Amino acid sequence: MNKQVLLMILGMALGTYLPRLLPLVFGLSNALPSWLRRFLSFVPYALLSALIFPELLFSTGSVASAVAGGLVALALAFYNVNLFLVVIGAIAGVLFTQLLGG
Amino acid sequence: MKRNNFYQGVQAGLPVAFGYLPIAVAFGVFAKNTGLSTTAAVLMSVAVFAGASQFVALSLLAIGNGHWQIIITTFILNLRHFLMSAAVAPRLKPGKMAPLVAFGITDETFSILSFHPAAENNPAFALGVNTIAYLGWVSGTLGGALMGQELPALLQTSMGIALYAMFIGLLVPKLKTSKTAVCLTILAMAFNALFSWGPPPLSTLAKGWKLIITTILVCTTGTLFFPEEVAKDE
Repeated sequence: MNKQVLLMILGMALGTYLPRLLPLVFGLSNALPSWLRRFLSFVPYALLSALIFPELLFSTGSVASAVAGGLVALALAFYNVNLFLVVIGAIAGVLFTQLLGG
Repeated sequence: MKRNNFYQGVQAGLPVAFGYLPIAVAFGVFAKNTGLSTTAAVLMSVAVFAGASQFVALSLLAIGNGHWQIIITTFILNLRHFLMSAAVAPRLKPGKMAPLVAFGITDETFSILSFHPAAENNPAFALGVNTIAYLGWVSGTLGGALMGQELPALLQTSMGIALYAMFIGLLVPKLKTSKTAVCLTILAMAFNALFSWGPPPLSTLAKGWKLIITTILVCTTGTLFFPEEVAKDE
């Protein structure tokens, strides 16, 4: 491995670690103003939703199979099925749809 | 550190590790095809541990982009982790374990840490989740780099859904109990769709910026219009 690649990896590591580290180290776990607490409590919902849609549509070989897998996950998740089964069910849904030619 | 809490975290993180495996294998294969050595591919997963930016780095390498550009792109793509760490900090209260816990914050571990009831005031649990996810990511990369060729195509494309299914599995049960959460979800998906299919310059923004701007817009709207934290609105 040449030195250039090593330096690039170290730079990437630093650029990833710092944003993860700073909020956890600097007192954000202490008393916060209520508006900021509300703002932060909304972050998981906003971010997860944005990660799911529309990227999910393009996560498999075809939009049709991705939609099928997504619907299986949605149905299983709605009934609070174990997370593992949600994932496996979705994969099975995609596989099945692709085998059918979708 | 309580050992039981750690193991409980490992258990809760298993679906993440499982979801990472095929993606990490694909990363290992792709890295080899881009001309990285097995050592470099594995080192990248060991040191960076951020799926999206590692793939982006490979695609930038492949079209001959400079290393600085790759480092800056990685930074932009991962700025969203700043929001995530800030959001889980009051919940985890990591104390002295902050530097360790921070290393393992990804989109996927973050979603477990945000929603799993055991994560409250429990850095050992967080460390368990992150550790098993990390092992899945690194071992998958090693496997892919050694294998050097693709899994059966059909299986690989089918497994592309795994992480999205996990996000759905975490999010949907929460939506049943909170109208606020439903509003936030619809708003976030609408904003992000606008970024994907809207006119330039919206659609041409880097993915990292899209996620950050969507999150900030949605949370700001929420802060203005919803009087309660989501957890209290159940």
